[in-house]
This record gives sequence, structure tokens and C-alpha cells, in this order.
Amino acid sequence: MTISVSAVDSALSAALAAITSAADLEQLKSVKIEHVGDKSPIARLNQALGTLDPAERAEFGKVLGQAKASIGSAFAAQQGKLEAERDARVLLEEVVDVTLPADSSHKGGLHPLTVIKNEVSDYFLSQGYSIAEGPEIEAGWLNFDSLNIPADHPARTMQDTFFLEPIESGLVLRTHTSPVQVRTMLTQEPPIYIVSPGRTFRADELDATHSPVFSQVEGLVIDKGITMAHLKGALDDFAMKMFGSEAVTRLRPSFFPFTEPSAEVDVWFNNRWIEWGGCGMVNPKVLETCGLDTTMYSGFAFGMGLERTLMVRQGIKDMHDIVEGDIRFSRSFGLGL
Amino acid sequence: MLIPRSWITEFVPIPSSVTDDEISAGLVRVGFEVEGVINQGSDLKGPLVVGKVLSIKAVEGQKKPIRYVGLDCGEGSERFVICGAQNFKEGDLVVVSLPGAVLPGGFAIAARETYGHTSNGMICSAKELGMGDDHSGIIVLPVDSAQPGDDAIALLEIADTIFDVAVNPDRGYALSIRGLAREISAALSLPFTDPVSHAATLSFVQNGTPVEARLRDGGMVMYLRTMTGFNPSAPAPLWMRRRIEKCGMRSISLAVDITNYVMLELGQPLHAFDADTLNGFLEIRRAGADQKLTTLDGVERVLNEDDLVVADSQRVLALAGTMGGLDSEITSSTTRIALEAVRFDQISIAKNSRRHKLSTEASRRLERGVDPILAELASARAAELILSLGGAEYVGTSSVGEVSLLPVVELDPQYVGNRIGLDISAETVKEKLELVGCTVEVSGTSFKVSPPSWRVELLSQADLTEEVARNIGYDKIPSILPPRRTAAELSPAQKRRRLLAQSLVSRGYTEVMTFPFTNDEVVARMGFVGARAASYKVANPMSEDAPLMRPHLLPGLLEAAKRNYGRGFKDFALFEMGLIFRKSIDLKPGIFPETGKRPPAATIKEIFESVPTQLSFICGVQIGHVESESWKGKARSYQWSDAVGEVEKILGQMNLEWTVKRSDLAPWHPGRCAEFIVNGTPVAHAGELHPRVIADFGLPARSTAWGINLDALPVSPLVTPKPITVMPAAVQDLALVVSSSVPSQDVKDAVVAGAGELLESITLFDRYEAIGDGKVSLAFSLVFRAADRTLTAAEVSGFRDAAAAEAAKRVGASVRG
Repeated sequence: MTISVSAVDSALSAALAAITSAADLEQLKSVKIEHVGDKSPIARLNQALGTLDPAERAEFGKVLGQAKASIGSAFAAQQGKLEAERDARVLLEEVVDVTLPADSSHKGGLHPLTVIKNEVSDYFLSQGYSIAEGPEIEAGWLNFDSLNIPADHPARTMQDTFFLEPIESGLVLRTHTSPVQVRTMLTQEPPIYIVSPGRTFRADELDATHSPVFSQVEGLVIDKGITMAHLKGALDDFAMKMFGSEAVTRLRPSFFPFTEPSAEVDVWFNNRWIEWGGCGMVNPKVLETCGLDTTMYSGFAFGMGLERTLMVRQGIKDMHDIVEGDIRFSRSFGLGL
Repeated sequence: MLIPRSWITEFVPIPSSVTDDEISAGLVRVGFEVEGVINQGSDLKGPLVVGKVLSIKAVEGQKKPIRYVGLDCGEGSERFVICGAQNFKEGDLVVVSLPGAVLPGGFAIAARETYGHTSNGMICSAKELGMGDDHSGIIVLPVDSAQPGDDAIALLEIADTIFDVAVNPDRGYALSIRGLAREISAALSLPFTDPVSHAATLSFVQNGTPVEARLRDGGMVMYLRTMTGFNPSAPAPLWMRRRIEKCGMRSISLAVDITNYVMLELGQPLHAFDADTLNGFLEIRRAGADQKLTTLDGVERVLNEDDLVVADSQRVLALAGTMGGLDSEITSSTTRIALEAVRFDQISIAKNSRRHKLSTEASRRLERGVDPILAELASARAAELILSLGGAEYVGTSSVGEVSLLPVVELDPQYVGNRIGLDISAETVKEKLELVGCTVEVSGTSFKVSPPSWRVELLSQADLTEEVARNIGYDKIPSILPPRRTAAELSPAQKRRRLLAQSLVSRGYTEVMTFPFTNDEVVARMGFVGARAASYKVANPMSEDAPLMRPHLLPGLLEAAKRNYGRGFKDFALFEMGLIFRKSIDLKPGIFPETGKRPPAATIKEIFESVPTQLSFICGVQIGHVESESWKGKARSYQWSDAVGEVEKILGQMNLEWTVKRSDLAPWHPGRCAEFIVNGTPVAHAGELHPRVIADFGLPARSTAWGINLDALPVSPLVTPKPITVMPAAVQDLALVVSSSVPSQDVKDAVVAGAGELLESITLFDRYEAIGDGKVSLAFSLVFRAADRTLTAAEVSGFRDAAAAEAAKRVGASVRG
């Protein structure tokens, strides 16, 4: 084959024309054999390069190289275009109804008391309080006497107590998580910053707002120079965490044997005062029973019902929903996030 | 405590411009919760007048008795009304609403035709006038207490506000008009007249020998006043009856009403005995052996020997401070009265009340502590009323014991501000303490504070701090975050429980929290025996059906599963995490060391050890199908391996290593329960539930369960991963035939041991049972990899052969041909 510029030009234009006119990938495949492959005019011209003297070889080599590059990019462009057309056609046929419910696994859910317990714990952890736990069957001395609730004091009847057999054992189902505070004060040196969320028991009939088995979170801080102002600060911040930044608390003088002064804490939520819990400065008698130096240390304590917090905040009307274990209830909370 | 505003105003001049809400807010501010405010008469409109019954004519032929009543309403002519009530007669004074009146509830009175007559008004009951719940008959006024035509709204003091005030156990003094009037005066900065100041002016002339008072036990001071010539038919005056009723008590008779009235006014319970029924003296003592007493409520009570009683020389007359006896009470023929007032020991009364489950107006006050000066002064006040209203004559007073007051408290006035977190001057501390009745003697920089006689719990600096704080107002205390701000973290066990719950929820489990109570029958039906069945009993359970503390989580969890299944949920998985209460120690008598100082270390240890171990468990149940039914088709049912797999996953995610063996533990299927062993200790069980247990709870066949003793799990080791190598892996399959009685774990252990260190992973990808001869084929896929080179085919088949050889040696496996 004789190499000439016109031969290269005609092979190039024939190839480009064939490539751009290929209507589908099948045609493009034959175009490739005819105009791009080893037997194509351009390939044969390339083979003929060897017959030329070096000067001509260089010149024609350059021309041929440019032509091959043009053919190559035209081919790639056409192939890309035809492949995209094919994909659009074929994948469209594979369309599915993506609105079908895809997850048929069981929907799980944390019990909301776990959710709120985690939420409360995380908040207090961030404030430097550890999470303290204790047994649910508890020694009477830890549940009552050490907390300045002597036998036959009317305060004991404030908390209808479940006793274990035999009664002489003095064991009770803890009526509050306060014995956890006593255990901590008996075994740790101040400063003490703890919260104790947990199950508690009182002999109340189960109804829409009461349960004989319920949960509390109590907090205890013992340090140098702790005042009621610190108690108020801690409660205000906690209330905002639980009820939103608009939450305001109110302390009302009250009575608990283990705190002096004592207060009820109310929180303003949904345009009314909600009775939220009790609190106060730890009664020095309790500190003395735990062997703490009351000239050096003072502290505050507070306690709230978790069911109550949950019911108020999340509009749960009936305690039965919380205790019955109906899966619809827990499932509605998911992971609680 | 119900307190009428009109009665408070007798001792605190509350201007009418002060609203009821302001009074409520004041009470709340100083520490008294107002549980309700009743505006009596606010929706009552007259005319409401006193009528005298002139004539009564029965209306014949009605299903119920109906009477046509002629009344003198001061109008000059007789007014006729129809009335269904029967508790009045001609000459009685009644309360009549005339046409135009509107009764509570918007009930308008008009002349109307009924029962064949024109009824020109209505004779009213207390309930119809919003004065109380009494609807047993119409109101009959005491004889000569009013004139026909008098305005009954004013006469009956109907228009009033009644506050329902909650009183905490440390404030017994506030169970009285005296106590709450003082608090209201302090809260509203108004003057206060102590009602006791009137009683202190009273004196009586002794005219004879009174019944002798003896105080042998259980009291501080006792007064016994004897009176004679009492007119038993003298009525209680209307004002007294109305006040008693507004305070939520019933009018009974003049003598009883007076004791109740004075109790409400001052706070001292009093008891009036018919002195003619008494033998000799009246004494306070312990019941002693074998005593019985029929109390006023008609109940015959067996007395505890430690009960505090009031007795005469021959018999027990009353359960002291709690309830009187039936046979010494004032009757309609009583003319001689012995009026008793005692400052009892609080604990004795609390025990009386608790032992007999009898909480009365008297016991509630006495167990909280009553002002000791009132034994004398309240009995004087009551005597004054008995003499003036009952026409009696004073005989004499017998008293025993002496008033003792609380000790002086040394107070550093600085302490108060330091506790409250507010700058409070010594003058303010003194002023606020005096406001609540304390006497403050300044001695240098320190105060000597004498609590008032009515305060029985002001014993320490902290107690006084509360008095100052509540009278300054808790709202004045600033809000400051406590000093410590470093973050803390969950303990490893807490972290593990939290992650575990979250991962189970992610895998479709629903968490439940059941009551930790069960009973012996359920425990027996679960198949628990021995140590796994023994637990502790509640002495006073909510229900006799559930007196036992749960020895396992599964009974409660299966009950929850049953409830959900019964409510139409067929496919689900539940879990619960919580404490279980297996019997770990024999219970001994409780240890109650003295408080106020730290008990010795040995005693603290003993107390801690007196509490049984309570294990932290987690259990799950799987019911029905592994997925919900959907358009993708029906999922397979849960089977034993799903429960076992759950435990594998949980232990695996904790990076623990375990071995498994078959177990016949209840409540599982004895052939389909896996026991998981970590560090030689069984920590978990999983598998199919026993068919009998499944049937008991009405659950679908093959339901499964698993349980893990979280306290038995070791702490997760620190993870030290192997370096990741990119050399190619060589995969070898090895099918072994073994006796079907050989656990697959043993086969796998042998293969792993024989395959050598370059074995990266092993997977059992096939298990073929239909091989016959009591044998099964187990096919493993073994992946080998070296860190530094590509393994040759010869090397790898050598490893495989070594693995087969070890399996042959340990479990008699042969390579499947």
C-alpha cells in the first residue's frame, strides 16, 4: 500500500464517518474491526511505514499517529454514548417499587424508662456525677434509720413499705434509692458527686398514676462549702435538660427526715407547675451517722420519680402502659434517640 | 387540715382585699401545700331564710313518702312547700329557699305544681346548699337558734373559703387553727393573736373532789377536769357546728362537739368521759396482759401488752390518744363529765395507731407532738365552753406531770447564711426565728435559741436554718451550679449493659420491665429446683398471688410474651434486664446500730453482708417467626439455634471466649439447651423452651429463650488485633464423618488444633445427617494464610491432613470419601 497524505486523510474520514454513524454497540463492534482493528486501512498504512526512508517515516509517522488518536477518541466517545443509551434503556426495564416496605425484621425498642435513665445518667456524667447502684432488697437500717427515719416516726408511714419475711430480718424492698447514698457515704471520702437511678417499691395499688414498683433518680453532692444555692443551680440545669430551655423550677419548703432544710421542687412545664420531686440540704444527722465531718462538709440531695417525669414530659396518661410490657409501647421509643 | 378563712380571721385580721389565692400562695411559700380551695356558697343566691314548721300533711298515694309542709317564714302568712325528707317535725326550724333563689349547680327555685299541690320553695339539706355531703335529711336548726325569716346564708355562715392544707409530719402544731393562723400571719406579715392567750386567763373554782388523774407511763403531763350538772340535751350552738363541719368533722353532741372544736382550734385532742361510769381514778398506763377493749367504732380490739391505754381502777376505758371506749363515752343522759387532756409520748401513740391500724384525728396530732402547755390550757378552754353552753358546774382539777420544753440550741448565725447560700445578717436570723416563736438570746457572736413550746422538732442548727430560710422565702435563694465540673463516666458494667440493650433493640428485640414478684407455683411449673427455686418472700405482698421475689427473669418475661401473644402479636422477641433474688444467705435478725455517729466498721460490714446477693441478669424470648410476614413471603420460625446464636453474638461482641455444652437446665427442652462456659464458669443458657412451659404460657411451639448472668461475665479483655496481612489465602474443604453423639464443637476444636497456626478461620458450611449408621458428616471450610509468603499447595494439604488426623485421634472422625 502506498502511503500518501491523501490516503491517510481518506482512511481517517472514512473511519470517523463509520464510527459516528454506528447506531448501536453491535454496529460499533464491526466498525471497530473495519476501521480501527489490525486489518483497517489505517493499520495497513502503519505497516507500510517500514518501507519508507527515515525522514519520510518520521513525517508520516506523525501524521498517522494523529489520525489514529482521532479515531481512537471518536471511537471511545461513540462507545460511551451508545453504552449510556443502552444502560438507560435496559436499567429502566429493571425498575422496582422502592416504596415497598423493605424491612420486615422485628422493630425493636428500648423501654422508655431505660431511655430516660440513660438520658439522665448522661447528663449527670457530663456534670461530673458518677452513677451509683445498690441492691433492691435492702437492710432496714440503710433504708430508714441511717436516713434519720427512726422506727415509729410518722415519716415511716409516709412510705408504705414491703417487708421481707421474716420481719425481724429488717430487710425491705427499698422505698427509695437513698440507701445507695448512705452506702456511698459509708464507703467513700468526699467530695461525693453521685446520682442513683433505680427501681424502688412502695405498697401502693397499681392505678393510672401509681405503681408499687417504680423508679427514681436521686442525686447526692457532698463537698466543702455546698449551699442551697448549689442545690438550686443543679436543679435548674437538670430541669432545663429534661424539660427544655424554658423550664423554670420552684422550691417550696417541705419535710424529709434526711434533709434539713427540705423542699419540694416544682417545674414549670406546659403552662403549669408540676410537682417534680423532693430535695434539700443533707441533714447533718445523716452525715454524722456516715462518719462525715459536718464542720468541713455539707451537701445536698434530691430525688425525682422517673415514671412521673416520663409521663409529664411525654404525655403518657396511664401507668399501666409503663408496667404491662405491651410491645407497642416500648417499640414506639426505638433506640430513644 | 381544712381551715375556714372566717375562723382564721378571728386570730389574724386578714383584710377582705387579700384574695384567697394570696392566702394560698402565702401558705405554699412557708411550706404548706394547699391541696384544694373550696369556695362555699359562691354559687348560692338567696333568698334563703329560716322557716318554722307549722303544719305537716302527708300526701297520700305516692310511691315514696311525700309531705306537704306549712312554714312560717316571717312573712305573716303560711307558706306551703312539698318535701320528701322525714327528719323534722312541727315546731322545728328549717332552712327554706324561696322562689328566685339559685342553689349550687345552677338549680333555680320557683313555685311549681307537684304531687297535686303548689310548692312555694324548698326545704334544704346541707348538700343542696353546698355545705357538705350530708344528704340524709334536711337541715334542722337548734331550738331557738333563730327567728323565722332570718337570712340563713348569714346565719349558717355559708359564704366562706375553706383551704385544704397538707401538713408535714414535723409540723404537728399546724394541725390546728392556732398553728396555721400563725403561719398565715407570718406569710402575709399580719398581726397574730394566739388563741391560747384567752385560755391562759381562765380560772375555775374548785367545788368538790375531782376524779383523780394518774400518769403512770407514756405521757408528760395530764389534766383531768371534773364537771357536774351538765345538761345532756343542750344543743351545740350553730356557730360551733358550722365550724366543725367546715373542718370536715360531724357535729355529734354538745360535749363531743366542744372537745372537737377545741382540738381544731388549738390542736390538743381531748376526751370527755361520763364520770359516773368511772371507778375511782383515771390513769394512763400500758395495757398489760390479756386485755380487750371495744372502741367507739364498735370494734372489739385485742390489746397488745405494750399498748398505751386510759383505764380506771377496774378496766381499760380507751386506747390512749387514739380512740375512746364504747362503754365510757358521753351519752344522752350524761351529767357528770371528766375531761381528759394529756401530752402523750409521741412514739407510744404512733405504735397504738399502727398496731391497731387506726389513724384518727387525735392520733394524727399526738404522734406528731402536741404543745405540752395545751394539756392545761386546751382543757381549760373546753371546760369554759362546757360550763357556759352545757350549764355545768365545775367540780375540780386533778393534774399530774410537768411541762418540759426542748433544750436551748446554740446557733452560729453565720451558719444559716452559709447553708442557704445567701448573705443573711444576724439581725435577720434573729427576727425570723422570733417570728416562728423562738426566744433568741444573743451571747457574743452566738445565739442561744429556745424553741417555742409547740415546736417539737427544732433541735439543731439545721432545723433553725430551715425556719429562717422559709420565712425569707426559698425564691430569694440564688441559683449557682455546684463547683465540680469534671466529667465522669459509666463503669464497665454499666457501659456493657447499655450497649447490650441497644444492640438487642437493633436486632429487633423489645425491652420490657416486669414486676419482680412471682409465686411458688409458677416457680415449680418452670421446673426450677434447689438453689434456682429458692428465693425470699415479701411479708406483706400486693397480692397473695405474687409474694415471692423472682428467682429468674423468665417467669415475668414469659408472662409478658403471653400477654402480647394474647393481644394478637404472633412474631416478636422480648428481653428484660434486671436483678434476680435467689436465696444466697439465711436471713438473721436485722442490725440497727445507733445513729448520729458512724457505726464500727465491723457493724457496717455486718449490715452490708446481711443483704442477700442480687444477681444482674438479662434474658430474652423469641416467639413465632424470625421476621414479620411481608410481601417478601413468610419467614421461617424461630428455633433453638436462634437463641443459642443470640448468646454467641452477645459474648462475641464482648470479645469473650467460651465453650458450649449440652445442658438439661429448666425451663429449657432437656435436649435442646446450650450451656455457655467462660473461664470454667457457666454464664449463660439458651435454646428451645420445654414444651410443657410453652404450653403453660400458651405460646407457639418451639418458642425459645436465653439467659445470661451478667455478674458472672468477666471484664472484656483489651483487644490486641493481629496484623492484617495481604498475602493470598488458601482455602481447603474438609468433610469429616463422626458419630452423631459427638458435639460439633469437639470436632471443630480438634480440627483447629490439628490445622496449625496458619489457620485463619474455620466455618462449618454443611452438616449432613442422612449418612446412616449413627453418623453425620461435618464439612468445614478452612482458610490458611501466612504473613510473609504465598502458601504452596503442598503445605496447605499438609495442614489439612494434620487437621484430619487430629480429628481422627480425638473424636474418631474419618475423612469423607
